[in-house]
Amino acid sequence: METDGNSLTFIALFLPFVAAALAPALTRRMGHKAAWVLAIVPAFLFIHFASLVGTVASGEAVTGSRNWVPSLGVEFSWFLDGLSLTFALLITGIGTFIVLYSGGYLKGHAHLGRFFSFILMFMGAMQGLVISDSFLMFFVFWELTSITSFLLIGFDHSREASRRSAMQALIVTGMGGLALLAGLLVIWNATGATSLSALLETDNALRESALYGLAFVLILGGAFTKSAQFPFHFWLPNAMEAPTPVSAYLHSATMVKAGVYLLMRLNPVMGDTALWETVLPLFGGVTLLVGGFLAVRQSDLKLMLAYTTVASLGLLVMLTGFGSEHAIEAAVLYLIAHSLFKGALFMVAGIIDHEAGSRDVTRLGGLRKAMPITFGAALVAAISMGGLPPLFGFLAKEEIYYALGFASVWSALFTLVAILGNALMFAIGFAVALKPFLGPEVKTPNHAHEGPPLLWLGPVVLAGASLLAALVSPLTHRLFSIPMASAVAGEPLDIYISLIPSIGMPLLLSLVTVALGYAIYRTLGDVRARVGAALIAIGWGPDRGFDQVLRGIVRGAHRLTGLIQNGRMETYMTLTFAVIALAFLVPLVGAGEMPAFPQLPVLTLYEIVVLALAVIGLGAVLYADDRLTAIVSLGIQGFAVALIFLLFGAPDLGFTQFMVETLSVVILALVMTRLKLAKSDHRPTREKALDVTVASLCGLGLMLALFKVTSLTFDPALSVFFTEYSRVIAHGRNIVNVILVDYRGVDTMGEIAVVMAAGLAILALVRVRLGRRVEHAEPQVASESRETVA
Amino acid sequence: MIETALSILVGIFFAVAVYLLLSKHTIRIMLGVVVLGNAANLSIFTAGRLTREVPPVIPPDLYVPEIATANPLPQALVLTAIVISFSLFAFLLVLAWRAYQDLDTDNTEEMRIAEPKADPLPPLSY
Repeated sequence: METDGNSLTFIALFLPFVAAALAPALTRRMGHKAAWVLAIVPAFLFIHFASLVGTVASGEAVTGSRNWVPSLGVEFSWFLDGLSLTFALLITGIGTFIVLYSGGYLKGHAHLGRFFSFILMFMGAMQGLVISDSFLMFFVFWELTSITSFLLIGFDHSREASRRSAMQALIVTGMGGLALLAGLLVIWNATGATSLSALLETDNALRESALYGLAFVLILGGAFTKSAQFPFHFWLPNAMEAPTPVSAYLHSATMVKAGVYLLMRLNPVMGDTALWETVLPLFGGVTLLVGGFLAVRQSDLKLMLAYTTVASLGLLVMLTGFGSEHAIEAAVLYLIAHSLFKGALFMVAGIIDHEAGSRDVTRLGGLRKAMPITFGAALVAAISMGGLPPLFGFLAKEEIYYALGFASVWSALFTLVAILGNALMFAIGFAVALKPFLGPEVKTPNHAHEGPPLLWLGPVVLAGASLLAALVSPLTHRLFSIPMASAVAGEPLDIYISLIPSIGMPLLLSLVTVALGYAIYRTLGDVRARVGAALIAIGWGPDRGFDQVLRGIVRGAHRLTGLIQNGRMETYMTLTFAVIALAFLVPLVGAGEMPAFPQLPVLTLYEIVVLALAVIGLGAVLYADDRLTAIVSLGIQGFAVALIFLLFGAPDLGFTQFMVETLSVVILALVMTRLKLAKSDHRPTREKALDVTVASLCGLGLMLALFKVTSLTFDPALSVFFTEYSRVIAHGRNIVNVILVDYRGVDTMGEIAVVMAAGLAILALVRVRLGRRVEHAEPQVASESRETVA
Repeated sequence: MIETALSILVGIFFAVAVYLLLSKHTIRIMLGVVVLGNAANLSIFTAGRLTREVPPVIPPDLYVPEIATANPLPQALVLTAIVISFSLFAFLLVLAWRAYQDLDTDNTEEMRIAEPKADPLPPLSY
């Protein structure tokens, strides 16, 4: 349906990029206060998307398009249903506060303008990703999020750890992007759809297609790398090298959910198969547990949060693939809740780091008095993360337990996984929110005090939103959860869950989770030591594997280069001439064009003598023991060639050849006498055998080609023309000369120019004295420090 | 067919030229360049068909030659080619001479400034 918001949505797609272009100049002028101006852009976009909520909540999708490449039928089209819109609101809403927060966090940083630019570019890409309709657009924006993520992770590019993480993220998600592209092409092939909206209308076409398995694997390749599912999870914690606003925005609230978005988007057409409902929950469940356990091991606030993000993404994938309506509702609720509380907690971690100078949880404590606002926001967010009332996270967790249940062994297994995972996240959430603030005051590197509003505004608003969304849950469901869940399920759903707990299994499981989580929280130090010891015992992980693979590639490439570009000219020459010989022989043999051996001609005695002279000259060049003899012998074959020209009616050629050969021999001999070279330069037998073979094949090829050419009918048209008009038009009797200076005069000019250029170059080489370079220059060793990465 | 004889000769010229070019010593390679030029010129000459002993020159009192002459077109091409290949040869020769002066060798094996023997492994860090 076309709406009035149509053009606005089109503009919205470009607005962040425009802002990104302006950001550096604006920041140069206004410093960190530019954040207030730049935040207007996402705020405006948020309002625009919010104005569409009514339409979308009534079950309609907002679509629109512009022609992009009409000749190829490619459209620039967008499609906003409940799923897209909720994502778009999260991206622009959280984005607004991230821009503000960045201003406070990187205040005074030399490259703040560049940072604003990158983060706005990312916002544009991410927003484009969730609202684009055509596959091509979707893919382009998808890749753009990977690239902007690379730029942001590597923002502090002077540190090797940063560069490594940026590269790792780009390689992992970039490979996934390629898989996604292939997957989209397969889907296009299987269904004929080139846009998501068209694909959603194909119903069972994809599921029943023979290509379903292939499309499934490829799409999962894209989604699992982007959303950091085990075993591709390792890049996400490393991405914490980025400044904290980036971690809060890209690597918890938005970008890493792109993979989940993709799975949710395709659930109506790809879900509901045994493959989907087995693979997704398994990988998701494993990721949930791996992320949870790895999180416990960390003591860095950001890394703890990063690993719980991995766990949460696993939970989302598990729920999306579980295959029941309630699981989808749970996934939707948890996604919204997670974006709000995790974004807030990351920003809190950043504030603590910024104000206290450390984010090691074991070295922080007692900050509650110094930073009361931050503490409040952290506490609220942690309550949501722990799944306690009256926050939105509670609704999500109730729904999760309601969806999983104990109906079968399969679902009971995932209930247990969810309980364990949630308990771990409960412990981590409160560890991040409580440990730095409670207890006795610990001396921190910086004298801690409350940050400026630019910093605490984001976490306060996000935590507040978690609370508000839960308090007015019927409205939240009607406007956001229900349209989104319906879009994911592909059919209208309803969500009733509210803060008033119904006494039943879900509540009981929640209590178990909380008890278990509390137990882990109390013994966190112990658990951390034990998990750490276990990991050291394992000793290998995909993170190290990544390094091994990359180093292997560099070593392999180096070895291969050494093999094919070994710096020995004879290798290159042998290869070149072998190819030339094949180029002559293969078409002749392959296409059956082999010439019949022509009749041997009757030659006069002097012709035989001249030909023999040429062959003798060549033989003398080859067999000469030393170089000087070879040079003199060169003259024999040259004069023989001149005689051949004379005999066959080309006296001009003959004379020129005489002159040129004489000069060649004289110059060569002159130069030779100046070089003090070993007398002989014979090659070893093995080399000789190879060289003779290649040379013979080349000669044979050219000979056969000439046989073929001369056996065909000759077309004398040009020669006849020159002969007939040479005297009549050009008034010359020597036809060869007339051709050279008249018909092809410009060509001869070019020839003279070449001779002159060669002469000048020779003069330059002879006159300009280079410094004698006897010793080879030492290769420069990169001065860069090579710190090893743990 | 007289062309057969010359075709065989061209084959021999080309084979010798390639063999010389495959040498490790720049002097041999120079010789190869000269022979290669002759091979190319002869092959153009042969492909334009051969006529014995009659140059393409019009007698003073006629406007067109009386009898069939040698084909003038390949001759014009070869004339250009001879001169160009000589320029190339002269240039390469000086280049080889300078290379010898700077590197003290005419052996291509030992001319390894651009591609050193122990090319170090590129850095394995990031």
